[in-house]
Amino acid sequence: MPDVTKTATAVEDAVAPPSAPESKGSHKQEKARSLWGDAWHDLRRNPYFIVSSALITLLLVISAFPSLFTSASPTMGDLSNHFLGKAELSKIGSPEWLGYDQQGRSVYARLIYGTRASVMVGLCVTAIVATVGSIMGMLAGYFGGVWDAILSRITDVFFGIPFLLGAMVVLQSFTERTIWVVVFALAFLGWTQITRVMRGAVITVKHADYVHAAKALGAGTVRILFRHILPNAMAPVIVVATIALGGYISAEATLSYLGLGLSAPTVSWGVDVSAGVAQIRVAPHVLLWPSIMLSLTVLAFIMLGEAVRNALDPKLR
Amino acid sequence: MGRYVARRLLQMIPVFFGTTLLIFLMVHSLPGDPVLAMFGDKGADPATLAAKRHELGLDKSLPEQYFVYMRDMILHLDFGDQIRNGRPVTEVLGDAFPITLQLAALAFVFELTFGLALGIIGGLRAGRLADNAILLFTLLIMSIPVFVLGYIIKMVFAFNLGWISPNVSTVPQWDELIAPAVVLGGLSLAYVARLTRTSMAENLRSDYMRTAVAKGLPKRRIIGVHLMRNSMIPVVTLLGTDLGALMGGAVVTEQIFNIKGIGGIIAESISRREGTTLVGLVTILVLVYLVTSLLIDLLYAVLDPRIRYA
Repeated sequence: MPDVTKTATAVEDAVAPPSAPESKGSHKQEKARSLWGDAWHDLRRNPYFIVSSALITLLLVISAFPSLFTSASPTMGDLSNHFLGKAELSKIGSPEWLGYDQQGRSVYARLIYGTRASVMVGLCVTAIVATVGSIMGMLAGYFGGVWDAILSRITDVFFGIPFLLGAMVVLQSFTERTIWVVVFALAFLGWTQITRVMRGAVITVKHADYVHAAKALGAGTVRILFRHILPNAMAPVIVVATIALGGYISAEATLSYLGLGLSAPTVSWGVDVSAGVAQIRVAPHVLLWPSIMLSLTVLAFIMLGEAVRNALDPKLR
Repeated sequence: MGRYVARRLLQMIPVFFGTTLLIFLMVHSLPGDPVLAMFGDKGADPATLAAKRHELGLDKSLPEQYFVYMRDMILHLDFGDQIRNGRPVTEVLGDAFPITLQLAALAFVFELTFGLALGIIGGLRAGRLADNAILLFTLLIMSIPVFVLGYIIKMVFAFNLGWISPNVSTVPQWDELIAPAVVLGGLSLAYVARLTRTSMAENLRSDYMRTAVAKGLPKRRIIGVHLMRNSMIPVVTLLGTDLGALMGGAVVTEQIFNIKGIGGIIAESISRREGTTLVGLVTILVLVYLVTSLLIDLLYAVLDPRIRYA
C-alpha cells in the first residue's frame, strides 16, 4: 500500500498550486494581472529565461557590431598560420586564441563575424513564417467552411514534403545562394507549422463571450480578428515560433554542411563547419568551435521558447 | 469508422496530387539541362538532342509531362527511367530504399524505447532531480545539430576508441547501423521524452487518476493502464509524423557514415537534375506520411475511449 499513498500525495501536490501562498506574501500589488503580465512576473524569476535572454542579447550585439569583439579580419588569411595553434585560454579575445583554419584565417574572427548570418537567417525566417502562418491560420480558423477546407489542404500539401529535402531542391534552383535565398527556401516550407497552431488557437478562441460581445456591438471582421482574436490566440504561436527559430538556425547550418546553404564568400558557421569536416582528423578545432557556437545559439532560443511556454501555460505551473 | 476512413482517403487525394505537382514544378525549375549534360563538354547536334528529348518525353509541355508521369505511376507503378543511364527509377529506389528503411527502423526503435523510458521516469518524478536531469539532457540533445552529433560520435567511437568503423559497408549489417541510428534518432528521442513527460505530469492531476487512486487500485494498474493509455495520445502523433521525417533526415546521417541509402541518391539527383528520380522518391515519402497520419488518427480511437469515429 505505501506505493499507492505515494501516488496519491503526488496527485495532491500537483493539484494544489504550490506557488500561490508565496506570491501572495511577497508582493503587495493586488491589482489583477493580465495573462502577459502574469507571464512576465513568472519569467523574471526563471533562471532558464535569464540565461537564455542574456545569451541572445550577446548574440544580437555580436551580430550587429562584430568589430567590437575582434580586430582581426574574418577573410584575411596568412598561409603561414595554416592550422596553427589550439585553444589557448591565456590569450582570450586575441585573434589566435582559438587557432587558425586551413587558409590561415583566425577561427575566432570567423566565429564572431559568422554570427550575423545564422542569427539573420533565424530571425528573418521566423518573422516571415510567423506573419504568413498566422494570417493563413486565422483565415482558416475564423471563417471555417470552404476557406478552412482549401487552406488546410494547401497546408497539408506543403507539410507533406520532407522539410530538408524540399529546402535542398529549392536551394539548388538558385545559382547564387545569398542569405535571402536561404531565408526564402526555409520560409517556403516552414510556414505550415505556425498555420496549424494558429488555426487551432483561433478555433478555441472564436466562440468566447468577448468575441460574441464585440460582434453584438457591431465590430467589423477585421477589428474582431486583430483586436480580439489575435491577442488571445497569439501565445502558442509565440512559443512555437521561438523554438522553431533555433531549428531554422540549425537547418541553415545543416544545408550549408550539405553544400547547399550559404557558400564561400559569406562568412557563416555552416560554411566553416562544412570546411572543417574535411579536416576533422588533422585539425578538429576548425570544426569544433563553430559547432559549439551553433549549439549554444540553438540552445538559447529553445530555452527561451520553453521558458515562455511555461510562463504562459498555467497547467504546467 | 468506415465512413471516417473513406472521408480521410478522399481528403488524401488532393494532398497527394498537390504535393507531387509541387515537387514536380520545383524540380523543373532547377537550372541546367539534363539532356545537354548527357553529352558532356563536346555537346551534340540539335537533331540528336531533340530526338533524345522526344524519347524522354521532355519536349512536351509541363502539364502534359506531369499527366503522363502520374498516369504511368498510378496505372503501371512505373516511376519512369533515370535520364542519365536509363535505369528504371523503381530499380534504383529498390536498391537504396531497404537500407534507409533499415536505418530509419532502427532509429525509430531506439527513440521509442529510450525516449519513452526517459519520459516516464521524468513524468513520474516531475520536479525532482531525475526529472531536471532528463530535461537538461534532452535540451542539450535538441540544440546540437544532427551533423555535429554525428561527427562527435564518429570522432569518439570510431577514431578515438575504435569501437565502430567510420564508414558503413555497402550492404550494411544491423550492428553497423547502430551508431548512425543513434545519431538519426537522437533529436526525436529528446522530443518523445519531453512530450511523454509533460503529458504524464499533466495527467497525474486529472480526475480519473484521483478516482483510480481512491478506488484503491494497485499502482501498477494506475500507472500502466490509466495514466499511460491517456498520456500516449500526443506521443503517438509525434511518433507517427516522425517516421517520414526520419527517412527525410537520413540524408545527413547517410552522408556522415557513407551509407548507400536514398540520401546519396537524393543529393546526386538534385545536382544532376534527375527529375524523375526525385519526384518518385518524394512521392514515396509523401505516401508514407499520408498513410501513417491516417493510421495515427485511427489509433486515437483505440487509445482514447472518448473518441469515436462515426
